[in-house]
Amino acid sequence: MTLSPRAITRRAWDLPRNLGDVIFRGWAWLMAATILALIALLVYELYAGSRLGLARYGFRFLLDQTWDPVFEEFGALPAIYGTVVSSLLALAVAGPLGLLSSIFLAELAPRWLEAPLSLLIELLASIPSVVYGLWGLFVLAPILRQPVGSSFRNTLGFLSLFSCIPLGIGMLAAVIILAIMILPYITAVARDGLRAVPNDQREAMLALGATRWETIWRVVVPYARSGIIGGLMLGLGRAVGETMAVTMVIGNRPEISACLFNPAYTLASLIANEFTEATYDLYVSVLIELGLVLFGVTLLLNALARLLVSRVGGGLEERQA
Amino acid sequence: MSKTGDRDTAYARRKLINYLMIGVTALSATLAVVALAAVLGYVALNGFSALNTDFFLHLPTPVGVAGGGIANAIVGSFIVVGLATLFALPIGLGAGIYLSEFGDNRFGDLVRYLADVLSGVPSIVMGIFAYTLIVARQRHFSAPSAGFALGVMMLPAITRTTEEMLCLVPDSLREGALALGLPRWRTTVSVVVPTAARGVLTGVVLAIARVAGETAPLLFTTFGNPFWNVDINQPIATLPHTLFTYAISPYDDWRAKAWGTALVLAALVLVTSLLARRFGRPRGVA
Repeated sequence: MTLSPRAITRRAWDLPRNLGDVIFRGWAWLMAATILALIALLVYELYAGSRLGLARYGFRFLLDQTWDPVFEEFGALPAIYGTVVSSLLALAVAGPLGLLSSIFLAELAPRWLEAPLSLLIELLASIPSVVYGLWGLFVLAPILRQPVGSSFRNTLGFLSLFSCIPLGIGMLAAVIILAIMILPYITAVARDGLRAVPNDQREAMLALGATRWETIWRVVVPYARSGIIGGLMLGLGRAVGETMAVTMVIGNRPEISACLFNPAYTLASLIANEFTEATYDLYVSVLIELGLVLFGVTLLLNALARLLVSRVGGGLEERQA
Repeated sequence: MSKTGDRDTAYARRKLINYLMIGVTALSATLAVVALAAVLGYVALNGFSALNTDFFLHLPTPVGVAGGGIANAIVGSFIVVGLATLFALPIGLGAGIYLSEFGDNRFGDLVRYLADVLSGVPSIVMGIFAYTLIVARQRHFSAPSAGFALGVMMLPAITRTTEEMLCLVPDSLREGALALGLPRWRTTVSVVVPTAARGVLTGVVLAIARVAGETAPLLFTTFGNPFWNVDINQPIATLPHTLFTYAISPYDDWRAKAWGTALVLAALVLVTSLLARRFGRPRGVA
């Protein structure tokens, strides 16, 4: 076969041979850059939207207690308190449960049980949050009001935690709903972390005469701890940002109260409830500023979680290396 | 007490703890499953009694008027989710292709990180984003603004699954295609992407199912609409939003309809994601 001279001597005005490659790569790059641009736009829009509130109050109002938009009083502390308490308590409930479930799934369950259980727990994660909210409002809240709430109040009412009248909806309902909602995330991430522990670690411990539980608790879990903590952070991030289910069951009252039965508020539910009702620019702006705060907090939590989870390895980072 | 006796009791204690803790882990897993069964069971039970053919074919009726359905919300949900997919699909696929085929550099790492950031953004914040960017500028609620919000939420999932699935395609296939004289873009388009198509499709369908149930981004974008509307520049009804409106209403017949809507929505989402998992890869990405 002979090459035509044209293939060898290319002239300056010829189109590059790899024009298709250049275009294709450019298109793919553009699409990737769009993600970058969208994030930048998101941050800009949140900042621009909250400029009015920032100029008027800065971030001081985050520590004010009174939320009364009619008199332009915007104290976000009750909502921040509600967000922090509800998500931390939910984590306190779902964290141990999720860790134990993940241990069962990764270490103990027989194979025929493990696959359907994993699927079920992943299904929990795909139920829409508004459906959880509906369930919380009409099934969970009545239970919390009558049998659970009143018996707690009668027996432990001397504690301020249980001293108020149980309305059903309130902080406790939100905590339980959130715990159910973040449980699958924590379980799935922790399970992957446990699975990544090399087998010789387990074998060595068993060979030393340890029981199965001792192997799991003293070797496997510590080995997988960054993945587990990452899963917890991810769950916490979900709980902080969760909107609909919480809005439907927390009672939406901007008050700080130690009692678990009392209605409360979270940042996300505050925005969801009042955004369309915000009647003047400053009000809207303050709500957007709360959105900015929420974005910042979840960003921080997620960044930490990713950092910890990626240390587990086995993910993309490893393949790229 | 002899030393062996001590050792025996210590061993018995360790064995007891062993079985106890194994039992506790099994109990925790059971509890998680019971929670799922409780939620789904109530939705199925209460929802089923609200269902009839009218529920799927008719428009909502005012409070107190019997009958009526959620036909407008079903159609509206499909419109909004369809728009979201139209928006997210090209960007997500393109970005995924970039990351897998050309993304072995700092820019690729940055995009990967930002995709993760995006997946952690609370849905309500996405609602604000779509509101200030589109609704506030156009001065009216619309389906595309909601499609945008949901589309941005789908992006990270589509991008990362595309990347992961393309990465699974063995390099020998790429090399074979290049050796046959195909340019790189033809290699990607005609060899790599079709090989990974099934996995990518699964990921895309899972992402669609995930956002179809999102409510918070719709509050300030579609706004909801009790009437028939297929004009995308008007407020439009969607399943999650209709469910929310009915659920927080004080009327019994609306609450019954909320359960019916919940069943329709949950069934759509769960069946779609189950089918995607079943016909896609054996194990889906969470």
